Amino acid sequence: MSTVVPLSAQLINLFAAVILLLAFAMLAQRRVLPLINLFALQGLTLCLSTLVVAFSTGQAHLYGSAALTLVLKALLLPWILHRLVRKLQVKSDVEGLVNIPTTMLIGIVLVMVAFNVALPISQLASTISRGTLGIALASVMLAFLMMIVRTKAIPQVVGFLAMENGLFLAATSATYGMPMVVELGIALDVLVGAIILGVFFFQIREQFDSLDIRHLEKLKER
Amino acid sequence: MDLFVLTLAIPLVSGLALAAAGERAWAPNLNLIASLGTFLASALLTAEIVAAGPRFAFGEMFFIDSLNVFFVALTAFVGLTTSIFSGPYMRNEREHGRLTVARLRLYKSMFQLFMFTMLAALTTNNLGILWVAMEAATLTTVLLVSLYRTAASLEAAWKYFILCGVGIAQALFGTILLYFAAERVLGETGNALLWTHLVGVKGQLEPIVMALAFVFLLVGYGTKVGLAPLHNWLPDAHAEGPTPVSAVLSGLLLNVALYAILRVKVLADGAIQSGFAGSLMMGFGLLTLTVAAFFLSRQKDIKRMFAYSSIEHMGLITFAFGMGGPVANFAGLLHMTLHSLTKSAIFFAVGHAAQKCGTQVMEDIRGLIKINPVIGWGLMLGTLAILGMPPFGVFASEFMILTHAMKHHPWATPILLTALGVAFAAIFGKVQPMVFGETHLKRLPHAPAITPVFVHLALVLMMGLYIPPYLVRWFHEAARMLG
Repeated sequence: MSTVVPLSAQLINLFAAVILLLAFAMLAQRRVLPLINLFALQGLTLCLSTLVVAFSTGQAHLYGSAALTLVLKALLLPWILHRLVRKLQVKSDVEGLVNIPTTMLIGIVLVMVAFNVALPISQLASTISRGTLGIALASVMLAFLMMIVRTKAIPQVVGFLAMENGLFLAATSATYGMPMVVELGIALDVLVGAIILGVFFFQIREQFDSLDIRHLEKLKER
Repeated sequence: MDLFVLTLAIPLVSGLALAAAGERAWAPNLNLIASLGTFLASALLTAEIVAAGPRFAFGEMFFIDSLNVFFVALTAFVGLTTSIFSGPYMRNEREHGRLTVARLRLYKSMFQLFMFTMLAALTTNNLGILWVAMEAATLTTVLLVSLYRTAASLEAAWKYFILCGVGIAQALFGTILLYFAAERVLGETGNALLWTHLVGVKGQLEPIVMALAFVFLLVGYGTKVGLAPLHNWLPDAHAEGPTPVSAVLSGLLLNVALYAILRVKVLADGAIQSGFAGSLMMGFGLLTLTVAAFFLSRQKDIKRMFAYSSIEHMGLITFAFGMGGPVANFAGLLHMTLHSLTKSAIFFAVGHAAQKCGTQVMEDIRGLIKINPVIGWGLMLGTLAILGMPPFGVFASEFMILTHAMKHHPWATPILLTALGVAFAAIFGKVQPMVFGETHLKRLPHAPAITPVFVHLALVLMMGLYIPPYLVRWFHEAARMLG
C-alpha cells in the first residue's frame, strides 16, 4: 500500500482540501461581504489547483481554464457582487433558516454521501487528480445546502456560483477539464447569469424594499 | 448562402439589432420579418435534409439529421406564429398601461435571442454546447418572465432562475461524467463530447458511469421539461409572464429540454444494455402525469391551469419515450408536435381572453362566445384538442401511447387512464362556463390576432385525419434513430 505520492498530487489534494474547507467556511459565514471574499478565495484556490494539474500533466488548455477561473471567479464575479452589495446597501447579517451548528452537521453527512457516490468513478479514473472527485462533489452539495438554508438573495447567488466552482473542480479532477469551447461557453453563461441577476436584484428591491426572498413565497398551491 | 447558417444567424442578428435600435415604429415589423425569415430558412433546410440526408456544419460543431431538423422546423414555425400573435397582444398591453416602451424593446430582443439559443441547442453536435445553449435559453427568458415587474412575476422569475439553475447544474455534472466515460474510449482529441462520435462507440462506454451520468442528466434537463417533483417553477413562470412567452416556453422550451434527454438516452441505452434509462423515464413520466392531473382541478388561474396541462403532457411524452421501440417513439414524437401546436394555440386564445376580461382568474372570465365568438371558439376547440377528443391529432397519439402501454406494460394502464380522465374532467369543467356563460364585457382597443390559433388548430385537426406520407416517413426515421 505504501506507494509514493508525487509532490504535484499532494499539492492538488491540499488545494482540494482548502476548497472544501472554504465551502464549510462559507456555510458558516453570516455576513455578506466576508462571504463574497470567501467565494473569491475559493476561486483563487481553484485556479491554483488547476495550474498545478496543468503544470504536472502538460495539458496546455488547462492553463487557459486556470486563467479564465482567475479572471472570472476570483476577480470579476466578486467585484460585481461587491458593487451590488454597495449599491443596494445590503448591511444586515445573513439569517439562516437552520442554525449554524446544525447546518455544519448536515454538511458533514453530505460530504460522506458525496465521497461514497464518487468512489466508483474515481477508481476508474486515471488522472493525477482523481482523488479530488469526491471533494468536488462534496463542494457542489455544500453549495447546494447553502442555497437551501439562506433566505437572502445574495447568499443564494453566492451558493449558486460556488456550486459552479465545485463542478469545475469535478471536471478538472475526473477528465483534465472539458474542451475549451465548452468551458468558454460555460464561463459566458455564468457571467451573463450574474449580470442578469444584478439587474434582477434591483427589480426585487424596487418592489419589496428588501432582498429577503421570504417575500417571494406567495405563489403556492392552495 | 447556407440555409443552416441563415436559420441560426437571422434570430441572433435581429435580436442584437432590436436591442441596439430600441423601440422604433418598425421594430414589431422587424421582429415579424425575422421570424418569417427563420421559418423559411428552416423549412428549406428541412427539405434539403429530407432529400439529401444528415449533414454537418462548421466542421463537426453542428449536426442536422432527421430527428432535430423536425424540431427546428417546429420551433421556427411556432416562433413565427407567436410573433404574429404578439404584435396586437403587446399593443393591447401597452394600451392598458401594463408595459412601457423600454420593456417592449427588451421583450422583442430577448424573444429573438431565445429563439437563437433554442435553435442552437437543437442543432449542436457537442453535448457541452448543448448544455451552454440550454442555460442561455433560461437566461434569455428570466427577464421576460418578470416583464410586468409585479410582485408575483418577480417571484416567478426568481424561482425559475434558481430552480432551473440548480437543475442545469446537475445536468452539467452529468455532462462531465459523460465526457469522462467518453474520454476513456475516444481519447483526448476534443471529439469526446461530439454526439456523432459518441454514438459510434456507445457500446464501449463504461456502463456504471453512463448510468450515473444519465441519472444526473435526466434530473437536470428534466427540471426544464417540468418533470415532477422539480416542476414547481413551471406553473409560476407560465402564469406570471406575458402570454407570448408562456406560449413559447410551453410549446418550445419544454420540447428542446426533452430533446436533450432523448439524445443522451440513445447513448445510455447503448452503453448500459438494459432498460435502465427507459424504466427511469417511464417512472418519472407516470409520476409527473399523475401529479399534474390531480393539481389541475385545484387551479383558479387560467394560465396556471394550462401550465399544469403542459406538465401533464410532458409526463405522458416522457413515459412514451421511456417505453421505447418504433411505435412508442413515433407516438411520442407525434405527441410532442401536436402538443406544441395545440398548447401555443390555447395560450394565444387565453391571452386575448384574459386581456378582454382584465383578469386571469377563471371565475371572472365568462361568456367569451357572446362577446367575441372567435376567441371563444378558439379556446373551446383548443381545449377539446388538447384533451384528446377525436378527430384532433392528439387523440391519435394518445391512443397509440395507451394501446402500446396496454400491450407491453399493462400495469401502467390504470394509472394512465385515471390521470387522463381526471385531467379531462378538471379542464373541461372549467373551460365550458368560461366560453358559454353570461357576460357583459367590452371590446378590446386593438383587434386580436386570432389567425395563428386557427392555423395551429387546423394543422392539429389535419394530423388527426390525415398525416402526409412524407411526414410519416420522417417521423418513422426519427423514431428508428431513437431505438
